[in-house]
Amino acid sequence: MSAAAENAPKPESESTTRGWGDTCLDVKKVTMQFGGLKALSEFDLSLEPGELVGLIGPNGAGKTTAFNAITGVYAPTFGDVTVCGHRVNGQRPHQICGHGIARTFQNIRLFKELTALDNVRVACHAGRKSGFLASFLRTRGFLEDEARITKRALDYLGVMGLARVRDERAKNLPYGEQRRLEIARALATGPKILCLDEPAAGMNASEKVALMELIRKIRDDFKLAILVIEHDMRLVMGISERLVVLDHGVTIARGKPEQVRKDPKVIEAYLGDSYLEEKHIAIPAKSSESVLDAAPAPEEPPVKEVQP
Amino acid sequence: MSFSRILLRSLLPLLIGIPILWAFNGELSSSADIILMVAGINVILAVSLNVVNGFTGQFSIGHAGFMAVGAYTAAKITVATNSIEIVGLPTEVSNQVIFFIALVAGMIMAALMGLLVGMPSLRLRGDYLAIVTLGFNEIIRVIIENTEFLGQATGISGLPRRSNLIWVGVGALVTVLMARRLVGSTHGRALLAIREDEVAAEAMGVDTTGYKVRAFVISSAFAGLAGGLLVHLIQLCTPRSFTFVKSIEVVVMVVLGGMGSVTGSIVAALVLTFALEGLRDAQQYRMVMYSILLIVLMLTRPEGIFGTREIWDWLPKLRKRVSS
Repeated sequence: MSAAAENAPKPESESTTRGWGDTCLDVKKVTMQFGGLKALSEFDLSLEPGELVGLIGPNGAGKTTAFNAITGVYAPTFGDVTVCGHRVNGQRPHQICGHGIARTFQNIRLFKELTALDNVRVACHAGRKSGFLASFLRTRGFLEDEARITKRALDYLGVMGLARVRDERAKNLPYGEQRRLEIARALATGPKILCLDEPAAGMNASEKVALMELIRKIRDDFKLAILVIEHDMRLVMGISERLVVLDHGVTIARGKPEQVRKDPKVIEAYLGDSYLEEKHIAIPAKSSESVLDAAPAPEEPPVKEVQP
Repeated sequence: MSFSRILLRSLLPLLIGIPILWAFNGELSSSADIILMVAGINVILAVSLNVVNGFTGQFSIGHAGFMAVGAYTAAKITVATNSIEIVGLPTEVSNQVIFFIALVAGMIMAALMGLLVGMPSLRLRGDYLAIVTLGFNEIIRVIIENTEFLGQATGISGLPRRSNLIWVGVGALVTVLMARRLVGSTHGRALLAIREDEVAAEAMGVDTTGYKVRAFVISSAFAGLAGGLLVHLIQLCTPRSFTFVKSIEVVVMVVLGGMGSVTGSIVAALVLTFALEGLRDAQQYRMVMYSILLIVLMLTRPEGIFGTREIWDWLPKLRKRVSS
């Protein structure tokens, strides 16, 4: 399986224009500020249809914050997010989802008490016609909708290899299957862009390789643009065409995997943690962290006075 | 599938239920009749509150406020039309038609109130809804006690007795059907998704505020129905019937039966109604025993009698156990 990962999947990325121009996600100078902490500063990213981009960086680099700003969990402090031609800043997550973006979560957020099938069915909105009243009266339109939604959901479960566990409750599934179920659920919303937040977290090496293969297969089969967060650089290098590297909210490198791998800043971020810590805390000068760092120093002298 | 078959399928439970209720109506002793009707009204209350508290995972504790809105609307209509007859119909039928209109009007008024309360408060997360609904319940009570039109603290007395086993039975049946069909539909699954994880539901394209408001409005409407039925059973409409205590009583039924279980709510409503009646001989110890019963049940089954499951979820297991 891992050998297949080396085959370059270039041809798909040629099919660029699909009605909304050639970028389906355009993030311009997005800044996220929480009080004095700048979790993300001037983040730029554009995704073209069918592209697979990795968003990497060490822990706490602001990768998930970037996701949250794109998908509407947080409204960006500054900057613009455009999804498939719609400017989405300040919209609610479900509206942004409707424009064609779907995501998974770093710490799995399945609907635990619902079955695998129902988890996916919740996400199947496309083409639903019947309203509340129709579901009480069990009209024909309602029954047709239900049948279609169930079939669609089963298809997605099948793609992710979960057809066998359709009636299991999500909380009872093994970890790897929960991760795959999250992807199935995201796919069921019918997205053009899929954002995966550390899909391989907590998996062993061989599971990770298999998952990355699966991600590439999804991209090819559904013709999606995929944005993957991962902090294991080697893993994401094999499958992504481009990488964006974040560290302390700042984009420190972007480009092809081979270039990024050699970038001294990236090496620094990953290897020289303690060195970098000092260097980067200085950037958000008014942050609460720097105040805390400064505070403990003058507290030493009073200890002596306690003695007499 | 033809239109008539769809109609048949959607109304089948009622077609079976009504003749049975008809057969029992007037056959029972009047005390048994009343207990059954109170139980039926409690089923309506518990199941409708379960749509908000159980399915959607919000916490409303002002159900009696919506009952009051439905009850006073219906009571006002029946009192105002007491001497009016619909031309061409016998008195009895005319009265029943007017009663039906009054009940529906009560439901609509309660639903509007639900919309009014739900729109601002359901945008928020967490316990805000509990506080708002509790406040709403008290506001409604205070407004009634200070409005001459609504009879102030004495309320509206001398209501005609229009509730009977058929009305209550059909009301309960419709409520249960509504809840079951809702939860089995895409809309219902969206509600469950909100209960399970609001952030994830929103990210999967579920309009969480919209769905919460809809669930709340539906729930309020059926509370209004229960209120209308109740006052036309006890023939008296006073603010004392719709206090905070009544709301808590309904919440207890929902929690006891299991949040999110329709059959659980039905069983809890029936058990509590009958238990309260059965303990009538214990006189002053009645409420003590009632609370002990609740404490024991909550200690032994904190998730409620049925949890989020329905009664038939256990049937295959039981069958297996019997056969082995």
